[in-house]
Amino acid sequence: MSKQVILGAHFPGVNNTTVWSDPDSGSQITFSSFAHLARTAEAAKFDFFFLAEGLRLREQRGKIHDLDVVGRPNTLTVLAAVAAVTEKLGLVGTIQATYNEPYEIARQFASLDHLSGGRAGWNVVTSPDAFTGENFRRGGYLDRGDRYVRAAEFVQVTRELWESWTRDGRPDPFRIEGPNFDISGDFTLPRSPQVHPVILQAGDSDGGREFAAHSADAVFTRHAKYDDGRAFYKDVKSRLARYGRSPDSLKILPGTTFTLGDTEAEAHERARHVRRQQVSPQTAILLLEQVWNTDLSSFDPDGPLPPFDPDLESESIIQGRARQTGDALETARKWRTIAEEKNLSIRDLIIEVTGRQNFIGTPAQIAEGINKSVQDDACDGFILVPSITPAGLDEFASKVVPLLAERGAFRSEYEEGTTLRDRMGLGPARPASSWASAREENS
Amino acid sequence: MSRTGPESLHLAVALDGAGWHPAAFQEPGSRTDELFTAGYWADLAREAEAGLLDFLTIEDSLGLRPWGGVTPGRNGSRSGDVQGRLDAVLTAARIAPLTSHIGIIPAAVVTHTEPFHVSTAIATLDYASEGRAGVRLRVSRDEARHFGRRADLGQHSPAVTRGTPEAQRLTARLFDEAADYAEVLRRLWDSWEDDAVIRDVPAGRFIDRGKLHYIDFEGEWFSVRGPSITPRPPQGQPVIAVLAHADVPFRLAARSADIAFVTPHGPDEAAGIITKINSHSAERTLDPVRVYADLTVFIDETPGTAAARRARLDEAAGAAYRSDTEIVAGTPTEIADLLLSWSGSPDAGLAGFRLRPGTLPYDLSGITRGLVPELQRRGVFRTSYAESDLRSRLGLDPHPANRYASSEAASA
Repeated sequence: MSKQVILGAHFPGVNNTTVWSDPDSGSQITFSSFAHLARTAEAAKFDFFFLAEGLRLREQRGKIHDLDVVGRPNTLTVLAAVAAVTEKLGLVGTIQATYNEPYEIARQFASLDHLSGGRAGWNVVTSPDAFTGENFRRGGYLDRGDRYVRAAEFVQVTRELWESWTRDGRPDPFRIEGPNFDISGDFTLPRSPQVHPVILQAGDSDGGREFAAHSADAVFTRHAKYDDGRAFYKDVKSRLARYGRSPDSLKILPGTTFTLGDTEAEAHERARHVRRQQVSPQTAILLLEQVWNTDLSSFDPDGPLPPFDPDLESESIIQGRARQTGDALETARKWRTIAEEKNLSIRDLIIEVTGRQNFIGTPAQIAEGINKSVQDDACDGFILVPSITPAGLDEFASKVVPLLAERGAFRSEYEEGTTLRDRMGLGPARPASSWASAREENS
Repeated sequence: MSRTGPESLHLAVALDGAGWHPAAFQEPGSRTDELFTAGYWADLAREAEAGLLDFLTIEDSLGLRPWGGVTPGRNGSRSGDVQGRLDAVLTAARIAPLTSHIGIIPAAVVTHTEPFHVSTAIATLDYASEGRAGVRLRVSRDEARHFGRRADLGQHSPAVTRGTPEAQRLTARLFDEAADYAEVLRRLWDSWEDDAVIRDVPAGRFIDRGKLHYIDFEGEWFSVRGPSITPRPPQGQPVIAVLAHADVPFRLAARSADIAFVTPHGPDEAAGIITKINSHSAERTLDPVRVYADLTVFIDETPGTAAARRARLDEAAGAAYRSDTEIVAGTPTEIADLLLSWSGSPDAGLAGFRLRPGTLPYDLSGITRGLVPELQRRGVFRTSYAESDLRSRLGLDPHPANRYASSEAASA
């Protein structure tokens, strides 16, 4: 039997992948939008629904960023509501560990797991910054190096709380002492259907990969391309043996965009159209500013690149999202070369050089591409990121998913049991103590 | 919201576990082994909505429910289940899409949590319920060790003796913090103007950022910059409720709440409480606070049966159930008489009643299938829902002005 593809449905987010200017684009916040995407995903037998989080509105040059979708729900609350309009679909959300305490997070995910009959998953994110911290009483800044130490301890404490009641349903007081957390008392919930909701992690650094290897059930990654994915997959899975884990106990799930067409040519034409929607004239200037690190609002998006080099001296003009890394001078040089060779305006250049749809093609081509990536160990599945809210997954669900099922690589009915762990082939939760000892012996 | 006249009575229900009596889980009809399932809460919510109640509340705390010492297991139930609790806000969100009219007011502990998270959670609940959300703010005295953060509370075991100056000082501070918390919730809900999303394609702009506002709250316990990540919810300002037994919480109710739950033992006491709340209202800018009297109820059709049931429960618990509320056991007719005698008292000034069912789901059915029809027969309770949002049902401004909107925008 073929390796089974895992599929997640990402609710469109607040970067320029999401096209809001299209006539088909609906509300980013009304509940019916979340319900639509979740029902589409469930009808197509997806493994889970996925919702990202950002706890402070992005700013550029000290002003609230207004060119992309702005505004999102509270992650856990909307997942609990989506549980009411679905029956089998997993419910996965990103929650920052920094601005919460283990007791709250453990209780909320245990509640979600109870209220959904075992469908909860947590994408653990630990990227504290002083900017976001201004919205929180516990806005403490952590060094990058400490992030994953605290995160591992956070997840460990959470797991201990999840299983703190006895198997026969009695509260058993807990006492947990560690470098970051020193807590005791009683947890308020019995073991939930999954005991431990599924843990995802999204960091890409060496520390993030190691954290995935010793503490997570799945990785949400940007390595969606075939070759890139194979290298990432090999690297992360090779880290598992140290912790006594089998390769299939950690699932690698890249996020990916897609554009369908009835013919390959039509798909590419649609992709070009979406790219122009994603990179409006204003967005083109803004993305250029993120490399140049200076105000370029006086430049014509249909004109040539600035004649001067990026500003390396000033503080970053972007706040509230991951900072662009790499060498701005080198990037600018590369972009200038491309623009000159192809005679591109600022906007055309940005369309050319910034993220494009990963899968572009007919349903059969995309199904084949997904299946090949999974069978060849470039990943274990994908988290699909539509560009339109809320109907952007409809066509994929009706046209691509059946072809994956025909290839024997994806379910046509939910048959694996009832929980998200069952669905993803993760097996029963390992006891917290087993995670802890494997990690401590090897760090 | 006049308190006399046709269909004027307001009724809500307070849901908690298997019911408010500590032995409730032993009753034959109790669904104790389902307390942590969505189906249990969905059934309760649908029953409350079928009874056309104003709203339901869901209790919460960040610790175990106090254990009454009842011997467990008569009907196979597990003692632990009765002590446990689901997160109330998430339970509320789970039932919101399954109902269409009833207001939903979960409790949220404010002492250890982030106002930013609770603000977006209640805004999201308001979206998921299409305008039926509220939140009851609850302070926590004895759960600090679950968080390991608060030295000011960590020093105090639950046993800080009530009534001592130290306990009073702590209480006052906890409620001051709750008032700050309420202020942050309200500012964050207003931090987006209603028409902030413009989708201006030629200009490339999704929002008019001039209609998003920093709240810049700075206080002793937290500072919050804003704006919210969540657009202004459908009601503009979801409803804030407070349960109040004494002067310090009365002051919080007067400063910050739309609804106060109080626990008088008669109409005169209710009037006295309302006077005390109003004495703190000098600087209030909100609509007048709606005061609901809490009553614990046991309801049976046959005279004497409810009282006998209560006695049986007390016996199972090994002690008479004591509550902060008046406890009434009677027929629908008797309880209807009592509610009308309280609400009809011209000086009482009660907006309505929040009924705490002694057992669930039995006494909830007693309310919806016994008491409500009795009140309808008397022409004092609605026979269908007129409003679909909670603020309107309470007689509050259905969509209050945004504190940050410019006067120009407000008059447009």
